[in-house]
Amino acid sequence: MNIGILLKEGPYNHQASDTAYKFAEAAIAMGHKVDAVFLYNDGVTNVTKLSDPPQDDRNIGARWSELSRKHGVEVLACIAASKRRGIADEILIEGSGITGLGTLTDIAIRNDRLVTFGD
Amino acid sequence: MGDTNIRKIMHVLRHAPHGTIYTYEGLEMILIMAAYEQDLSVAFIGDGVYALKKGQETGGIGIKGFAKTFMALDGYDVEKLYVDRASLEERGLTEEDLLVDVEVMDSSGIGRLMAAQDVVIHH
Amino acid sequence: MLHTINKSPFENGTMETCFRFLQPGDPVLFIEDGVYAVQAGNRFAEKIRAVMESNPVYALSPDLEARGIDRLDEGVSTVDYQGFVSLVEKHQVNSWL
Repeated sequence: MNIGILLKEGPYNHQASDTAYKFAEAAIAMGHKVDAVFLYNDGVTNVTKLSDPPQDDRNIGARWSELSRKHGVEVLACIAASKRRGIADEILIEGSGITGLGTLTDIAIRNDRLVTFGD
Repeated sequence: MGDTNIRKIMHVLRHAPHGTIYTYEGLEMILIMAAYEQDLSVAFIGDGVYALKKGQETGGIGIKGFAKTFMALDGYDVEKLYVDRASLEERGLTEEDLLVDVEVMDSSGIGRLMAAQDVVIHH
Repeated sequence: MLHTINKSPFENGTMETCFRFLQPGDPVLFIEDGVYAVQAGNRFAEKIRAVMESNPVYALSPDLEARGIDRLDEGVSTVDYQGFVSLVEKHQVNSWL
């Protein structure tokens, strides 16, 4: 099964980013393809490398980078939502990108499932 | 899922406008997706029905109004607009209070439409 | 269609809204703060029981454990993240945010 994920909430403030990650990790472990994680609304703030959580907490941005590097998951922030919130190419974590809502439409079309996480 | 690449995609607006950005960014998503010739529909449930309320004047709160954009959806071939009857009634609203022509449906009817979708996105 | 609910029913009407749109047989999965809905003995027990007459109800076990919920309404099943994925294999998803 091919899965797209839509993540609509920022990290830390809400559990959504954690649930989305755990879900993606489980799907991959079961042999499914997680095609992309598309970030919308405040979800775009998942990919700023300026985030610097305490050492004893999980690093949500680094987790997305790792998922991208190890499993080829595209981590993509919506450009319109990013511009509003100060997310730009210069501050992106490794393995992430900024793209348009047309890409989300493609993700919705080409995958068997689109699973949404958010507030 | 049909044998073509046309996906049935339903957007569900559940938040009131202005208090949070969900409705506005939801509308932006709907407008982009409309260009992709999918089978799009929009359901207004709960506080989402307030997005269609006539007479919204946002000048005083310093936020750009977008209620009239809903009137343009028809021009983007987004014609399937469903409003949950119970949500409307419990808010003391009728179809007359809404900016655009919609189909007011019982939750069972909207539920059946939902069940037939390939993708459902809540905003 | 799989319906997920991530809000506590004590603070938010999402669960009750979702229930109005369920089709018979649709599974419901409580995640995140949604899992408080199925703690045994709370005031939503009757609503959960009524839904279970026509719909299977699940709760995400890591979210239950994280919140110290160990007594569930009778008939509620628990799944881990892989169980969540298995439900998604079988059903399209409707996340009631």
